[in-house]
Amino acid sequence: MRLKELWHRLGSPRWFFQISGPLRWVLGGLALVLLLVGSIWGLAFAPVDYQQGNSVRIMYVHVPAAIVAQSVYMLMGAAGLVLLVWRMKMADIVLATAVPFGLTMTALALFTGAAWGKPTWGAWWVWDARTTSVLVMLFLYIGLYALRQAIPRAETAGRACAVLALVGTINIPIIKYSVDWWLTLHQGASFRLTEAPTMPPEMWAPLAINVLGVYCLFGANLLGRMRAEIIEREQGTQWVRELIAGRRSAGEPG
Amino acid sequence: MSTPGALFAGQFRRELTAALRNVQEALNPLVFLFLAITLFALGVGAEPAALERFAPGIIWVLVLLANLLALEGLFRRDFDDGTLEQMVLLGRPLFVPVLAKTAAQWCLSGLAMTLLAPLAALLLYLPMEVLGITVLSLLVGSPALTLFGAVGAALTVGLRGGGVLLALLILPLYIPILIFGAGAISLAMAGVDVSAQIYLLTAISMLAVTVAPFAVQAALRISLEQS
Amino acid sequence: MNFSSLEEFIAMGGHGLYVWLSYGAGLIIVVYNVVAARMKFKRALQAVRDRERRRAASSTTDASSREE
Repeated sequence: MRLKELWHRLGSPRWFFQISGPLRWVLGGLALVLLLVGSIWGLAFAPVDYQQGNSVRIMYVHVPAAIVAQSVYMLMGAAGLVLLVWRMKMADIVLATAVPFGLTMTALALFTGAAWGKPTWGAWWVWDARTTSVLVMLFLYIGLYALRQAIPRAETAGRACAVLALVGTINIPIIKYSVDWWLTLHQGASFRLTEAPTMPPEMWAPLAINVLGVYCLFGANLLGRMRAEIIEREQGTQWVRELIAGRRSAGEPG
Repeated sequence: MSTPGALFAGQFRRELTAALRNVQEALNPLVFLFLAITLFALGVGAEPAALERFAPGIIWVLVLLANLLALEGLFRRDFDDGTLEQMVLLGRPLFVPVLAKTAAQWCLSGLAMTLLAPLAALLLYLPMEVLGITVLSLLVGSPALTLFGAVGAALTVGLRGGGVLLALLILPLYIPILIFGAGAISLAMAGVDVSAQIYLLTAISMLAVTVAPFAVQAALRISLEQS
Repeated sequence: MNFSSLEEFIAMGGHGLYVWLSYGAGLIIVVYNVVAARMKFKRALQAVRDRERRRAASSTTDASSREE
């Protein structure tokens, strides 16, 4: 019963705008603390890998970026489903605002993968299972972005992107599996960048902290972008006008 | 009221006759396939060893691209003359007409390319022993190409510059089909049993048959509401 | 602490370039996302304000009482 109520409330941009204000700061603060702790730990205190030396510290940037990029795509697939089935406004807003963060994180994962590959493999680019999957992910993101740009009407663009994100999400596991198989075909068993089970706790602890931190950052960032999108879309409504008036009289600069 | 089977058969026949009335258009992707193979031979060099080594990849990549070229026109004509809008306005599920359209499209692209694969294999010095696997992999893999592609074609049907956008949207989704298809031929050339890859391709096509028509239906409704 | 001096920390055992490039890129991407979200919000607010001003201007042209 309570859940159903929450579901209905989530459909209301106004209610969302009100609760997301403080939530954004909580998530943002958490992200700042976690990312600082994780990154400093990873940079200065985490042990050196006996094979890779100090270049293993790139992992604390690369892996969180790659993980969050993939999660953001999955989230967009879920939002797409919600939008197509229940036509919920908020799902459309999530779909419209999550792309930049996911796209930039995918690009970061690719870049750090290259910077990690150079000292480890001696080449900026190696067709490793993870780098290849991330590259495909980048193309999926660019496709979503391009489709939205190509369709003039926002509502239509949102629903078209929902279909694409949904089909893409169904395909991601198949793509990952096929890329893994392709690698065994062409390379045989090779030296992988990270093997989670063999990692000592002093290495996976900062990694876990940074992964958590980047999720919090995504949450805060998504809320921020969604709030902007809500104002943009609801600009004619009474509550947005009152909100603006209130902000001006309080002397707050935005 | 006609049964779904009769509906499918009627639509399928109409699509095929309409396509065959314009034979040149239907043949263009097939011509493209062989033209591109020629370009590859000229680019890579006519050395049999080199061509043979790259042949599985060349065949499958070019089949993907030729399919893509054929797909661009899948809904365009029906969109332009209003047939599509009428279909949507009738309010009946589009599942059966969409399936019939994609089936007809597959006959003219995927199936035709499968049948012409021996010729392509000959040009690329593919060993005779793997001819069967080549044809089989194309036969079970190409339905997924047409079906996934139909989703992209439905999403981009009303848009300007839809062709390049279609490629951008759909080619990433083709990756598993390419990997298993080309991989099956390569492995067969090395003398390994490839039934697993053939099963996987079949599974992907089965998944596409069940999921894609719904996605196409949704995409067509979305594309129509903006015009 | 794995490093005994600042130079050693910056050198990263010869991998300094790659490590610092990665962390730098990470910082840039994070800052970009934060700033972009902020700018988007400001743009949205400005759009509403402009709209309000236009509305006010068009409804009070004859009374000629501008509030700003």
